[in-house]
Amino acid sequence: MTEERLKDGRTAVLLNMGPSHPAMHGVIRLILELEGERVKSTEVEIGYLHRAFEKHAEAEPWNNVVPWTDRLNYVSPLINNVGYCLAVEKLLGVTVPERGQYLRVIASELSRVTDHLTCVAANAMELGAFTVFLYLIKSREVLYQLVDDLCGARVTVSYARVGGVKADLPAGFEAKCRSAFALVRESVRDADRLLTKNRIFMDRVEGTGIISREDAAAYGITGPFLRSTGTPYDVRRAHPYLVYDKLDFEVPVGSRGDNFDRYLVRLAELEASMRIVEQCFERMPDGPASVELSELVKGAVMSDLGKAGRISEIAGKHVLTCPSLEGSCDHGHAGARGGGPSVVLPAKEEVYGSIEGLMNQFEGVMWTWGLKVPAGDAYVPVEGANGELGFHVFSDGGNRPYRVRCRPPCLYIMAALPKLINGGTVADIIATFGSVNMIAGELDR
Amino acid sequence: MTALLWTLAKVGAALGFGMNWAAFLGWVERKQSAVMQDRIGANRADILGLRVIGLFHIIADPIKLFTKEDFVPAGVRPAFHAMAPAVSLGFPLLALAAFPYGGTVEFLGRSWSLQPVESPVGLVLVLAMVAMGIHGVVMAGYASNSYYGLLGGLRGASQMIAYEVCLAATLAGALFLYGSLDLAEAVAWQTRMIAGVVPAWGAVLQPVGFVLFLVAGTALTKRTPFDLPEGESEIVGYHVEYSGMKFGMFMMTDLIESVVVACLAATLFLGGWHVPFLPVDAFSALGPMLAGPAMACVMVASFTAKVALVLFVLMQVRWTLPRFRFDQLLDLGWKNILPLALANFLLTAWAVYLAKSWGVSPWR
Repeated sequence: MTEERLKDGRTAVLLNMGPSHPAMHGVIRLILELEGERVKSTEVEIGYLHRAFEKHAEAEPWNNVVPWTDRLNYVSPLINNVGYCLAVEKLLGVTVPERGQYLRVIASELSRVTDHLTCVAANAMELGAFTVFLYLIKSREVLYQLVDDLCGARVTVSYARVGGVKADLPAGFEAKCRSAFALVRESVRDADRLLTKNRIFMDRVEGTGIISREDAAAYGITGPFLRSTGTPYDVRRAHPYLVYDKLDFEVPVGSRGDNFDRYLVRLAELEASMRIVEQCFERMPDGPASVELSELVKGAVMSDLGKAGRISEIAGKHVLTCPSLEGSCDHGHAGARGGGPSVVLPAKEEVYGSIEGLMNQFEGVMWTWGLKVPAGDAYVPVEGANGELGFHVFSDGGNRPYRVRCRPPCLYIMAALPKLINGGTVADIIATFGSVNMIAGELDR
Repeated sequence: MTALLWTLAKVGAALGFGMNWAAFLGWVERKQSAVMQDRIGANRADILGLRVIGLFHIIADPIKLFTKEDFVPAGVRPAFHAMAPAVSLGFPLLALAAFPYGGTVEFLGRSWSLQPVESPVGLVLVLAMVAMGIHGVVMAGYASNSYYGLLGGLRGASQMIAYEVCLAATLAGALFLYGSLDLAEAVAWQTRMIAGVVPAWGAVLQPVGFVLFLVAGTALTKRTPFDLPEGESEIVGYHVEYSGMKFGMFMMTDLIESVVVACLAATLFLGGWHVPFLPVDAFSALGPMLAGPAMACVMVASFTAKVALVLFVLMQVRWTLPRFRFDQLLDLGWKNILPLALANFLLTAWAVYLAKSWGVSPWR
């Protein structure tokens, strides 16, 4: 326990914080240069949860990547699913039916609520307000049960699929969701009362961890962190996807870019997200949730009908085409392309009840068969809970990705972390780091 | 000889009072926080299937702590490392011997005082013992060979210096009224009534002093929102390199200090053992053999109930508020509590002077 000599010849007190430290979540390491309790400089070391997600994705068929995306931001996994599927669908040229889009919005916003609840709760706990933490986690638990109803899992959800979603809403979901929101609103109000005007809490978070608008933009920071500085950039507004352009929602912004503003922005977004879900329930049309397995016509037959001018008979029908099947030699096949049977898997009733369904299922899941995506690349950003979550997918025309690049929102915030905590005290690190909402799953991938 | 035995018995009882409160508070802490947080709380410890709302955790927790491995990391200063928990726990425990748990009762033709150590400077004794206890924290931080421990020890030292001063200042107003540092006399003074209806307790006559005392007292216990030496999510604290019962002793210290602060509050601001409207000879009808012990029981019960009330408030605060930052804590102590306490003291002195010079005495 002596002062250490740095490379540049100075001596300094170096404090190693993490990865085994209560506030570092076990997945990150800070090396602090201290002067008393003041932090003079910081070195951030990441990578403790690196799982080679991007490399792993190259080894799996397109749809099998969806479960790996669950593990990116494990506090809001539904948004990751949706983002990845949107990118693949853009490459495929497939559009999910409107109901499916609404379902994806509902799922995304539920995840955003759980994420913000977790972030605010953990931040409060790390500042010593343990009771607030449990109030918020209790309401998050109700939302997790809702997610469990929706897709059969609490964290590893894999709800979105390329071409749609796993299943439509279960019976009674809307009523459950509304009562869950009532509980969430109540506990958020409790937290608001316990924290927002609490002198101790305000002193801890006001004026700490400040970043300017320009710096935030320069670092590539997005999401609540950027909005707290006053920049109203929200992917849902700036580049609408799904049905966000049809929904009314606010994009709350702060002004000072400190921890308190980030806390307030998150609280406001909780309410905004819940209102989006409620709007979805009102506006959601009936109909299929996923791309339909429409009546299939062989490519050769379809082109014959087309030549004969009998367009009405093939309108809305899909071409049965699979380049690696025997039928690929049929004449006219090369000119016919479309959403084949393999974009989505048939319903289980079809699989067990009919030979066509069974075949479709097999074609969808067999090794080297399944979903084939045209060569090219597509980038789709979605508004993750921490900011812009982007998936850049590359295809060489095969049945598995050539490359999947994920843009994790909190990587850019972590890059700015030394700027946020240098000059503050050791105690400020906790408040600032909590408001970053660093999720190692997406940070390290 | 009888006097010595009686004093020893009383000191033993006072230490038992402290230890039992600490053990009980361990359970209260878990259960009260659970109730506040919509949880069930500790309820698994059972004896022959009997659970009694988790009360057996009072026994189970020490057993667990005593049977855990007592790990001493390499590089610590062994003597200080071993001594620190004892220093930390021992001194606040001794402070409990100075409180008047009851007045004086007649029994077997003799007067029996229910105060273990009858000292004319009892309050100074209590403050000194609490101040000594902080050496354990500094020692632990210094001996641990860890920057986290060291930071905790340093935080503890400056927090204690700041709040020792504040604590004394907040008590000054009340002490000026009582005119004595003797805790028994302070209680005796508070047994009078204002206009015959309101007891002249410190909290009634010194409300500002009482509130400031509770704040400074909470800081002295090193518990949230003043748990900076510990700061579990920041630096883990001065006891980061301790395990087993040594760690348990640090935990108990906080609880014992809570009891000391609660006892101080009860003695100086809530009338000590005084029960309003209960005449001194209330139990004389029971006869000479029973009257004294009955009165003693009522006094001790009254004192204990007041201590329990203050502890409840402290516990409620602990589970509601977040933690201060270090500079804010010192600002609160030096720049807010201390000036307010001194102003309170000056006002009190002025009021007492005026009352004396006019010959007014609002209480009898």
